Amino acid sequence: MASPATVRAAASPAAGADALEVENLDVVYKVRGRDRQVLSGLSFRIGRGEAYGLVGESGCGKSTAALAAVRYLPRNGRVSAGRIRVDGRDLLAMGPGDLRTLRAKSVSMVYQDPGRALNPSIKVGHQLAEVFEFAGMARKESLDRSVAMLERVRIVDPGRVMERYPHQLSGGMQQRVSIAMALATNPALLILDEPTTGLDVTVEAEVLDLVEQLRGEFRTSILFISHNLAVVARLCERVGVLYAGKLVEEGPTASVFNDPRHPYSVGLLRCLPRRGRRKDHGRLDTIPGFLPLPGSVAQGCIFADRCGLADDHCREREPALTGLGGRASRCHYPDRAPDLPRVMPADAPMAAKLPANAKPILSIRNLSKTFVSGGHAVAALRDVNLDLMPGETVGLVGESGSGKTTLARLLLGLTAPDKGGSIILDGDALPAALVGRSSKQVKQLQIVFQNPDSALNRSHTVRGLIGRAITKLAGIKGADMVSRLLELTRVVRLADRYLAAKPRQLSGGLKQRVAIARAFAGDPRVVVCDEPTSALDVSVQAAILNLLADLQAMQGVSYVFISHDLGVVRYLADRIAVLYLGRLMQVGTAEQVFAGPYHPYTEALLSAIPTLEGRQPERIRLTGEIPSAINPPKGCVFHTRCPHKIGPICEAQEPPLTEIAGGDFVRCHIPVADLPRAQATA
Amino acid sequence: MSVTTTGPGTTPGTSPGASSGGSTRFKEWGENLQQLMRSPTFLAGVLIVGFWIFCALFGTLIVPYDPLETDLLSVLEPPSADHWFGADQLGRDVFSRVIVGSRDILTVAPLATLLGTILGTLLGLATGYFRGLVDDVLSRIIDALLSLPTVIVGLVALTALGSSNTTVVFVIAFGFAPIIARTVRSSVLSERELDYVAAARLRRESSLYIMLAEILPNILPPILVEFNVRLGYAIFAVATLSFMGFGIQPPSPDWGLTISDNYGLVGGGYWWTVLYDAIAIASLVVGVNLIADAIQGVLDG
Repeated sequence: MASPATVRAAASPAAGADALEVENLDVVYKVRGRDRQVLSGLSFRIGRGEAYGLVGESGCGKSTAALAAVRYLPRNGRVSAGRIRVDGRDLLAMGPGDLRTLRAKSVSMVYQDPGRALNPSIKVGHQLAEVFEFAGMARKESLDRSVAMLERVRIVDPGRVMERYPHQLSGGMQQRVSIAMALATNPALLILDEPTTGLDVTVEAEVLDLVEQLRGEFRTSILFISHNLAVVARLCERVGVLYAGKLVEEGPTASVFNDPRHPYSVGLLRCLPRRGRRKDHGRLDTIPGFLPLPGSVAQGCIFADRCGLADDHCREREPALTGLGGRASRCHYPDRAPDLPRVMPADAPMAAKLPANAKPILSIRNLSKTFVSGGHAVAALRDVNLDLMPGETVGLVGESGSGKTTLARLLLGLTAPDKGGSIILDGDALPAALVGRSSKQVKQLQIVFQNPDSALNRSHTVRGLIGRAITKLAGIKGADMVSRLLELTRVVRLADRYLAAKPRQLSGGLKQRVAIARAFAGDPRVVVCDEPTSALDVSVQAAILNLLADLQAMQGVSYVFISHDLGVVRYLADRIAVLYLGRLMQVGTAEQVFAGPYHPYTEALLSAIPTLEGRQPERIRLTGEIPSAINPPKGCVFHTRCPHKIGPICEAQEPPLTEIAGGDFVRCHIPVADLPRAQATA
Repeated sequence: MSVTTTGPGTTPGTSPGASSGGSTRFKEWGENLQQLMRSPTFLAGVLIVGFWIFCALFGTLIVPYDPLETDLLSVLEPPSADHWFGADQLGRDVFSRVIVGSRDILTVAPLATLLGTILGTLLGLATGYFRGLVDDVLSRIIDALLSLPTVIVGLVALTALGSSNTTVVFVIAFGFAPIIARTVRSSVLSERELDYVAAARLRRESSLYIMLAEILPNILPPILVEFNVRLGYAIFAVATLSFMGFGIQPPSPDWGLTISDNYGLVGGGYWWTVLYDAIAIASLVVGVNLIADAIQGVLDG
């Protein structure tokens, strides 16, 4: 079987017992009376003070591994073979009392959604103090310790935070509190299960910084679980790539990510829109096929079906996890892995160049939206001007609460804008409300929503979902409708056999294809894409991005592409608009926005993105939270967090959006020459 | 052009839960039914209710006596080999009357519940979907109706309209509609925030289409449960109204009516004139509620 001996010799940072040692672990879930194996023969170890990353796509068993490590599997799950040692002690042999002590003292876990991990009806201070009280401290002492703990997770004004309920804190603050609770007992092992997945990039960067610093202070070992390779690259010394319940590759993070030796790792890394990659440079590579159901591959390599290098040997004999000098790969041909053939042809269909005198398909003028909430006026969007050319993609970026989705809803007519602004589609002013728009205008402006589970009616079939859109938007009925339906499904690469399926029978990527087909039913001119890939795995994300790029090249459609993932935006967008508190801070071509000179906010956003290419030389950190839109800062709205604030003028006067280069606008008081620019290494 | 090349997603082979054929809806119901069939609660409920439905349909063919036939020689005869459940003050066979007595109540109560559910669903869809003025006005009316005791309102209405099976159906249906409307409204409120409703509006679907074709199929489960629970109440309501003389009219062998006619005799020791009818009502209500519980359990997963 696996040869952990070589792996073990590779990284042994400290003497004594390992913080976590997992050996040949099998975990099964009982589903409808049958056992399904979700983890098979999983072996890995985390040394003292080491950070170990476990990566893989959804359904590969990451979270199960984490839950097994604290013996917290759901009721239908059990460890059927193998050993787990925490701090040298056999976890599986422990009685309930020992287990409770272990969970209280030696192992802590931080979950993905801090909002659900904290008790909503108990004040933060009391929740935290409880951890100390449980360890045997007096009330007074535990409260003092709690304040100190909140300080250590860099919470300003911990006394005030102690008195708050979880819902009164932002997502980033909640996650800090969870981390404080987890570290309160100074555990030997900290398990972080996708701790930054729901957070904005700027907040994610802060949380990762914090974990990194605390690791130095507490010397805690970390098991870090994430689907985001870049986040793992930032934090972990060693990484294991999990696929269908088996470790397929393991080694030092830098070598695995820069020189992967398993075709799955190679494919996964190619799916990512890496720095500087754009749609006109070619399509992203993808991994064909689907993750096999746990335990369904009886013979041969579990990845053989999806692997471009697989031969008969791979399909017959299962490779063992073989040591490669400090690292290991579960492949018969680890040396050939980097030569994995591309699935997508590298050449991309190029969109026709715009004539110089082209008119914008969509123009937004002085668009504002003020909500009234509890007697307060909340300016969700202020005075936005934007043009969209035919066949062009404008990327909308900004933290949550910056007004991206509000802008999308105004464009679609789902929300009425304030008086005074206008939206012009193809030369004609669009009525503000959806009911006032002509059917032509409605079909020309469509949307792909973020979450296909919410956007597709779960009681309709795929045929019904797309067919209805064709009937209503394109006005086609009968046999013509059927042929158009088949054409559309072919274009979005959805096999015919899915037509009778309901959304819940489809994977996330397939659902999003249905949603895209529906948006394209009436040959739209403009499609708003509201974070269309944020719920998807990277390999699926790559396929959807390719599809969007192909559709644009074929049909000349324009996109308003909303995303918090700047790598994705960079791949697809021709121009980028940066929003902060409902105001445009910078608008320019993708090259201009990514290369600088930047608005200080753009600079901070860009530097917050973790990259696979190791550490960035200097990170610009935004301190504090995005201010409330109920009471936005006077003057420049960004001045409260701006690292380049130049003086009182920033607090007194809102800067205008000025053109600093052809087509590149920045809203800042700093003179153009002094604006931050790209760092040499970026 | 790479558009026609096979991309991920169309690769044949393993696909997560891909179904063949167009019978997904039947499959879903089939799965739920299978689960129900394994539930002892559901089976017990079906057995009880099924028995009474059988009696309602075929009771007249199997009973030993005509339930309406008086026999002066066996007046108030206690249970015996001739009259298993005894005979009442007119000498009518109690067993035959209990069996056939299921007929009227099992016509009136389900019809009333069905009508009330349909009315309540439409009302709930309208208030939940439109919100605003429609919701404010209709919801206040619903609140006002709910604040009145159903039985009193029913009695007043039946006095004014005159008692007949039809009026009983309408009175109970109108009494239930606001209660069902509230349940439906709360389901609609959470459904309408989902993006598929926005997507339908972006196709310029009519509000009626969105309510009936988009939202309604997704809120059927709670409506189904509500229907079952209300059916239990409806049986009770019909029996109560009959007992008070405003429901099913003589000479029907209806249970509530029979109890009303005979409860004075219990003091004289003639318990059999009342007991079996009371057991019948109770068993039917219990049976219906067992089914409702089981369905709720399956739908909640």
